[in-house]
Amino acid sequence: MLSKYEVVIGLEVHAQLTTNTKIFCNCSTTFGNEPNSQTCPVCLGLPGALPVLNKKVVEYAVRTGLATECSIAPRSLFARKNYFYPDLPKGYQISQFELPICEHGRLEIDTKDGKKTIGITRIHMEEDAGKLLHDSDAGSRVDLNRACTPLMEIVSEPDMSSADEAIAYLKKLHQIIVYLGVCDGNLEEGSFRCDANVSIRPWGQKELGTRAELKNINSFRFIKQAIDYEVERQADILEEGGRVVQETRLFDTDSGTSRSMRSKEEAHDYRYFPDPDLVPLLVSEEWIEQARLELPELPEAKIERFVKEYDIPHYDAEVLAAERTNADYYDALVKLHGNGKLCSNWVMGEVQRALNENGLKISDCPVTPQLLAGMLKRIDDNTISGKIAKKVFDAMWKSGKDSDTIIEEQGLKQVTDLSAIEPLVDEVIAANPGQVAEYRGGKEKLMGFFVGQIMKASKGKANPATLNELLKKKLAGE
Amino acid sequence: MKITRAQVERVAQLARLALSKEELDSLTSEMDAILGYVDKLNELDTDNIVPTAHAVPMENAFRDDVARQSLSTEEALQNAPAASDGCFLVPKIIE
Ligand SMILES: [Zn+2]
Repeated sequence: MLSKYEVVIGLEVHAQLTTNTKIFCNCSTTFGNEPNSQTCPVCLGLPGALPVLNKKVVEYAVRTGLATECSIAPRSLFARKNYFYPDLPKGYQISQFELPICEHGRLEIDTKDGKKTIGITRIHMEEDAGKLLHDSDAGSRVDLNRACTPLMEIVSEPDMSSADEAIAYLKKLHQIIVYLGVCDGNLEEGSFRCDANVSIRPWGQKELGTRAELKNINSFRFIKQAIDYEVERQADILEEGGRVVQETRLFDTDSGTSRSMRSKEEAHDYRYFPDPDLVPLLVSEEWIEQARLELPELPEAKIERFVKEYDIPHYDAEVLAAERTNADYYDALVKLHGNGKLCSNWVMGEVQRALNENGLKISDCPVTPQLLAGMLKRIDDNTISGKIAKKVFDAMWKSGKDSDTIIEEQGLKQVTDLSAIEPLVDEVIAANPGQVAEYRGGKEKLMGFFVGQIMKASKGKANPATLNELLKKKLAGE
Repeated sequence: MKITRAQVERVAQLARLALSKEELDSLTSEMDAILGYVDKLNELDTDNIVPTAHAVPMENAFRDDVARQSLSTEEALQNAPAASDGCFLVPKIIE
């Protein structure tokens, strides 16, 4: 049934910016403090208080606009969006309407049919509302700590045609703004919130169908569920000859269904007008160019550079570049060590494993790129084997000591000396006459058994190449 | 007439203003006169004039991103008609 209809999805993302202070006053934006401990006359909306724009908010918006190929408006304005709700002290939200700071951008996503470009209609700056708590019988409680914290609203064109594409777009956007350092990307704390506009239309129809707006979904998984549910809901209505109504719907994660929020027609009449408290914002050409110079390397470019300069598979590069802190660690490691593939194996392997086991982020990794590079050099010069290296790595992790100290202290230096390995080989051969006979009878798989025994006897320190060569000779009866 | 009584009622409703019958009558005629004046202004040729967004010829008033002391919770709540547990208390909101 679904294949009868084309799905059309546009997304609005609200990203909370990582500034120290609110957008129009000097109150702190720190999350999780006592209710109403971060307010002032401006963010309480007291009469006579004047909002003054936080310059950093503009810088962050410009940065995001450049990274998404938007044009930056040389002149933009703040407007009042008028509505009444208890979490909005002034009776209006300061936002941007006619002249937003960024317009006409785009983002490229990977879909199952290849690359696809999703248009970005606009990015504008605005203030957040406070928070309502419904935990009291006496009424609803209002905490205004969040009121006036800076948000960036990023509005896409209705260019996505499936939940999967919507997720791909959101993940890409999320990755970019976290890379840019403008948003912490924390979905649970509401730093990255998404509204989805979903409609369907029979294939070939030009006009868009009536859309429903799905509000405030805070995980990638729920966004997919909510969109899929909405598409089916609308298709069912059309199939039964009904008409989809334009409304805001709230997705219930427990039941996996959505319900209409009381449709208040008038709520959409926001009577925007330029805010007389805020002067026009001019962003000069020089400002934009400076911001462009300061843009960090973005994931796409990083992946390309890793593949080209460090000679690693595209897959590795993608995994490593997924998060900026991860990429920075790898980058620093290769610069110190030189072998891109060995480094990527370690970062994606042991480092990741240890981080997962200890629930740490790579920025808190006790084994710094310096320590790790030092140890990898000891593999290169045959001081230790790859196997022993894992032991050294764990010891570095626990003690913070460098690899040379650990190798020295624990006597982990690899034994390459024939005269030291030979007695161990002889011992193992003498102790296992049965297996020796079998091996000589053609069961060559037993080689692994002997290597294991000898390695064990050497406490893992025998150089594998030397050992193998010697063992083969001995077993062949030479 | 530039504006109807129904439109005035709607605008009043959006602004949460409870107007008496008399107030609605007088506001309708007052707003009608204002809009008539706006119509007169519309006769001017403004093709080459940038819309005024602000009455003061000024732009780019910025503040640095440095946190300052906020009000105490007690201070923040001192004008609140009702408060509870460090929060403003409002009639129960049901979504
Ligand atoms: Zn404040």
